[in-house]
Amino acid sequence: MSTDTERTVTLTVNGVPREATVPVRRLLSDALRHDLGLTGTHVGCEHGVCGACTVLVDGAPVRSCLMLAVQVDGHEVTTVEGLAHADHQGGQVLHPVQEAFRECHALQCGFCTPGFLMTIAAGLEGRDNSAELTEEEVDDMVGGNLCRCTGYANIKKAVHHAAATMRDSE
Amino acid sequence: MKPAPFRYADPLTLDEALAVLSDEGEGAKVLAGGQSLLPLLSMRLAAPATLVDINRVPGLDTVKATGDGVTVGALVRHARLLGGHPDAMAAARVQPLLARATANVAHPAIRNRGTTVGSIAHADPSGEMTSVLALTDGSVTVATPNGVETVGWRDLFVGPLETSVHGPAIVTSAFFPALAAHSGTAFAEVARRKGDYAVCGGGVVVTLDADRRVAAVRAAYVSVGLTPEVHDLTDAVIGQPADSADWAAAGAFARTLVDPDTDLHASADYRRLLVGVLTERMLAEAAAEASARVTGE
Repeated sequence: MSTDTERTVTLTVNGVPREATVPVRRLLSDALRHDLGLTGTHVGCEHGVCGACTVLVDGAPVRSCLMLAVQVDGHEVTTVEGLAHADHQGGQVLHPVQEAFRECHALQCGFCTPGFLMTIAAGLEGRDNSAELTEEEVDDMVGGNLCRCTGYANIKKAVHHAAATMRDSE
Repeated sequence: MKPAPFRYADPLTLDEALAVLSDEGEGAKVLAGGQSLLPLLSMRLAAPATLVDINRVPGLDTVKATGDGVTVGALVRHARLLGGHPDAMAAARVQPLLARATANVAHPAIRNRGTTVGSIAHADPSGEMTSVLALTDGSVTVATPNGVETVGWRDLFVGPLETSVHGPAIVTSAFFPALAAHSGTAFAEVARRKGDYAVCGGGVVVTLDADRRVAAVRAAYVSVGLTPEVHDLTDAVIGQPADSADWAAAGAFARTLVDPDTDLHASADYRRLLVGVLTERMLAEAAAEASARVTGE
């Protein structure tokens, strides 16, 4: 079989079919930002430590700096731009986690926020919200994301707030 | 912080993958989960000429638990061995160390992508699964163009980030033998941030006799030494009752056996101290579990 240095990748991003022709070494994070113009995904450390670039691939949170764009060919990617949903009146309704971040003042400079939002949204959607959310579970959920402003207290508060909202709406 | 240019192939069969590896020669590297490889590429610590991505190869994503042990395929992500996953529960009944160690592997987003077998093939001395393979006396299956071979952990780990797997070869699975009767396990780590590389970590297996006296104690450590090693701590506590054995003595004995390095995060002395403390804690926990298993019979 042949090897390639460039590929055309077809994927679904936030429910929209997209296509990009990229060098095979293109990181998913860079493909989202540079090739697809979705700059909501932030790039911090570029080696998997900070979590700012976290996106969902087929529904599961992953570091987009630790995947190649060619690896998501045929897959579904959700970025922070896909978290809110349309309200059918031309506006958008924030995801409960976004709402909780605003409510609890869980961001300051905002650089790390997209990664936190994606991580927490997937974390809460993937669990049984009728079960009590423990501090240990919250630590495990957000432990892989770095924030240099908030000191994490309000972020953890927002996780509990969002969990409560999601539980009430179930 | 971008990978150097490389060529890329994503073969659809194992044979095809081995053929590309053969064609591309020395500069080719297998890509599975990529959670260790991609940082190396981005930091330009590695610059393979070709990446052979095995993610589209079918049949490598199975977890098989039998009475003999647990076989984990090359594309099984860490997350599959954790928590409520049915595979995890089946595996935990046979060899509880797998899930216990995996809980310490990185963060959720990394565990969704990184693979257990990839982490073993990567042979990082700060990786958890290499130590688990050693502690359970496990092996890996390696596919080459000439056939399939089984390589025991002692022959596998050559040095830090180095295994005996060379040339066109793919580690297709890892086998973790079942936990013996009358035995219990524990795994613990000290890390600067939960999920980060451990400053020091380890796992233990305690085996009791039918009267609940200590028959065997083994331990393996993480971020201590250049390759995984299994230390026999039995002599420190042999014959002592499980509920009152001198685990501190076993911890002190373990400290004399290890040879950790000093780095930015911890001195060798501090690591040795942690080996003692963690060993003592883990042994008490593992002995309690072993004792419950003796009762359960």
